[in-house]
This record gives sequence, C-alpha cells and structure tokens, in this order.
Amino acid sequence: MFIQLLGYHFVHNALWAGAVVAVVSGAIGVFVVARGMSFAVHAISELGFTGAAGALVLGISPVIGILGGSLLVGLVLGLLSLRGRERDSAIGAVLAFGLGFGVLFITVYQGYATEALNLLFGSIVAVSDTQLWTLAIVGAVVLLGVAVLYRPLFFSSVDPEIAAARGVPLRALSVAIFLLLALATAAAIQIVGVLLVLTLVITPAAAAQRLTGRPTLALLLSIAIALVSTEGGILLSLAKPWPTSFFITTISFSIYVAARIVDWSRGRQSRLISSPPRRMWAVR
Amino acid sequence: MSVVTVDGLALRFGDRTLFEALGFELERGELLAVLGPNGTGKTSLIRILLGLLEPSAGSVVIEGCPPQERCHRIGYVPQQRIFDRDVVLRGRDLVRLGLDGHRWGFGRFHPEDRARVDAALAEVGAEAYADAPLGRLSGGEQQRLRVAQALVADPVVILADEPLLSLDLAHQRGVVDLLDARRESAGTPVVFVTHDVNPVLHTVDRVLYLAPGSSAIGTPDEVLTSETLTRLYGTEVDVLRVRGRVVVVGTPDDQHVHHVENGH
Repeated sequence: MFIQLLGYHFVHNALWAGAVVAVVSGAIGVFVVARGMSFAVHAISELGFTGAAGALVLGISPVIGILGGSLLVGLVLGLLSLRGRERDSAIGAVLAFGLGFGVLFITVYQGYATEALNLLFGSIVAVSDTQLWTLAIVGAVVLLGVAVLYRPLFFSSVDPEIAAARGVPLRALSVAIFLLLALATAAAIQIVGVLLVLTLVITPAAAAQRLTGRPTLALLLSIAIALVSTEGGILLSLAKPWPTSFFITTISFSIYVAARIVDWSRGRQSRLISSPPRRMWAVR
Repeated sequence: MSVVTVDGLALRFGDRTLFEALGFELERGELLAVLGPNGTGKTSLIRILLGLLEPSAGSVVIEGCPPQERCHRIGYVPQQRIFDRDVVLRGRDLVRLGLDGHRWGFGRFHPEDRARVDAALAEVGAEAYADAPLGRLSGGEQQRLRVAQALVADPVVILADEPLLSLDLAHQRGVVDLLDARRESAGTPVVFVTHDVNPVLHTVDRVLYLAPGSSAIGTPDEVLTSETLTRLYGTEVDVLRVRGRVVVVGTPDDQHVHHVENGH
C-alpha cells in the first residue's frame, strides 16, 4: 500500500512542494530567530489566513489572498521597524484586528468549511501542478533574496549597532526580511496551514542554533531539519492516515528537544572541565 | 595634515543646545578623550563622526571626505553590551563582519581575508577563544573581539564610545592598551568617549570636555583644572590630583564622585 502510494503523481507533488517549503522556511528561519521575530511570523501567517478567507469570499484563489495578506502585514511591520516590547505589543494589536476580519470573512463565506479548515491546518496532498510551480517561483524569489542580502542581513540581525555604523541600511533590510518572511510564510501555509507555520520557520532554526555557533552551518542544519521534518511527515502520513501537519510538527519538535539535550549535556561537560575562576567575572 | 577636522559643529534638539561652535583637529597618532556628564552629547558627537547623525551646523571632514559618504573605514568600538547567550556567531565571525559584513551576497572567504581576521584576532590576543560561541564568552573577552572587529579593516580613525563600561579593571586596561598599541604602530588616531578619564589618563594627548552648554579642549593639564571646570559648569568645581588620578568634586550632578571608588 505504502509503496504503491509512492507511485502516485499527487504524492510526488506533495514531496516536491514539501521540499520547496522546507528549504525556504529553514533558510529564512535563521534570520527570524536571530532577530527574535517569532511572534511576527505568527501574525503574518494569521493575516495570511484573513487574506485567504477574504479571497474565498471574493471567489478568487486563496493563494492570492494569502500572499496579499501576509505581504501587507509584512510591509507594515517592516516599515515600522520596531524593537523590543513596542514591536511585541504592536504585532499583538495588528494580529487581533486582522483576525477579526478573518472571522467575518469565514462567516460570510458560503462555500465548503473544509477549505477554511485546510487553510488553518494545511493540505499537502491536494497540491496541483500549478500550485507547485507557484511555490517553486515564490521559493526561488525568497532564496535569491536571502542569497543577495545574506551578509548585511546577517550583520544587521546579530550586530545592528556596528552594522549601522558601517552604513548598512537597517530599515531597508528590516522591510526586506519582513517581505521575504511574508513570502516564505505564504508558501508554508499551503503545507502546514496557518496555525503550524511556526513549526517550519521557527523550530528548525531554533534547533540548529542549539547545535552550532557557526552561522553557515546553522543555516544548512536549519534547512536539513526542516527537510527531514516535512518529507518525513509526508511519508508517515501515507503509512498512517493521520494529519500530515501532526507528523511534521512532531518530528521537528523531537529534533528541537534532542538539540536542547545535546546542547545541555555539552554545556555540562564544559562546565565540569573549565576552571571556575574564568567565569567569575563573566557574571555581571 | 590632520585626519579629522571638525569645524563650527553644533547640535540642537528643538530649543535645547547640546553643543555649538565645536572645533578641533585630530592629528595622526593622537588620542582625544571626550569627557563630560551624561546628556551633553558625547555619544551624539560619535554618531556625527560616524555619519549617522546630521549636525545642526558645522562640518566634519575625515581624510578629505565627509563621514556620511563613507570613503574611509572608521573603526567603531561601542559600549560593551553582552551578546545573547544563544547568538549563532563565533568571535571569528564577529571580526569578519567588521571586514566585509556590509557587502552584498554570501561572499567567498579569500585566504587574504582569513589572514587579516587571524591577524586582528592575534593582535588582541583572542586566538584561544576565537572559535567559541560568542554568547558563552565573558564581557571582557567579547570587548576584546569588538576591538579586533574595529581594527580588522585598517581604519583611518578609531571611535570608541564608553568601551570600558562594566569591564573590570584588568580588562579596562587591556582594551586601552590595545587601542594605544594600534595608535603607536599604525598612527591611527583615537577618539575615546568616557565618563572616567583615569583609565586613559596615561595615554591621553588632549581632552574635550563637554559640559551642559559649553565645552573646552586642550591637554589634560589645561582642561582638568578647577578653574576650567568651574568656568564650564558656572559653579564651584574642584579638580584634585590624588596619587596620579584625577578626581572631580562638586559638579551639579556629582557624577564624578565615584572616581574615588574604582581606583586602580
């Protein structure tokens, strides 16, 4: 049965779509985690949902709605380029307001409820050829953007003060990362759904961060973890008819927990080896 | 030929004037300490020199070029701020960002770039922890890497904004010695913002004292006197020399009293 399923076209489409989304999410996630933007990811994906619901009401493709919604909120958050608590509360306010519209659209929409449910939790098995191509183009745009902006984006994420002193345009990069994130989120929504986008954008990068201090290696690890979670999740859902999203989140979370354990045990060893006085003046 | 020329510089926010008619030249190999209480524009002066802040009047020229055009590398050592424990960055990566972090693309790491990063790490004595995750290093180690990051691109001038804050005395001296060594070996002038002149007193050529509404520039012996500071503050201020250290007593906010406590 399982082997038979592997021969089907829709399974191939699912695996390819999953791969595209995993690579894109894993790559962008590294910057999202470095800049502490997890809550923004959540807001962008929920507003993507509002956009998709609005598109359903208007009778156009929900993908257009997802893109529109997440790009709009990404642009606004990027232009504000807020930091710290102000960003946190601003995102909360925007998120709640946008969801209100989402509820309204879903209520007004007269179509099948499953379409709305698919938006929330993802529907990997229903990826058409057209959708796959759209995904591939969106993914290529995001990866190209990350490649071109890599060094200044990384500089401004980890060391904004010196980056600014060097003439790196912080605000423009903030807008750029939010727009790239919006595109990546719009892509990920179609695989894992609005509610579980964090599992592909945040969890792999957060796990990679625990495993290495090397920026390039962290990027590659994050992509690899996202790939293993997505493809593993899709394959498992062929064997057992539970939701794909469940398998994807479970795999990525297991890897995250494992990474934390590895990190913790390494820290314990080095604490046992290193002499205590060196740390004495490190504590402020 | 001076490296930095500041002429008629003024900075106002609304009707509040931080400083005006500020002028000085910085020669090769010179160390200028910028002193004064909080809120007199010390950090703003650094931001103007970096080309990040537009002055209300006056001009800055660094090697024949205004700073916002970024014709020349400027080494910048900020206030020590501890990195997140989780940051995915090694000391080596931090230094490399100082070399090419502002350029587009991934960038290939050429052997000559690697050699420059290695040289900067060696210059500040950070080889031993260059490959450790930055967030796990102590404040003093991180600040040494900051100095390497500022030095790696062979800057024409080094701007240091309270680089000793929250460092213990050994690391304060370490950071001062590193900047001093570069000044000796390459003639790179240094602007050193600090609220406490004592850690740099032995190496300072001139002092720019920014007081609320007025300023004075000159050698430490000219500026750090009871007469000059009394004139600047418009109130009785005493400058004492205690065992080779400068102690300022009687400024309106008494912010220099703690000099007495963190003695060498």
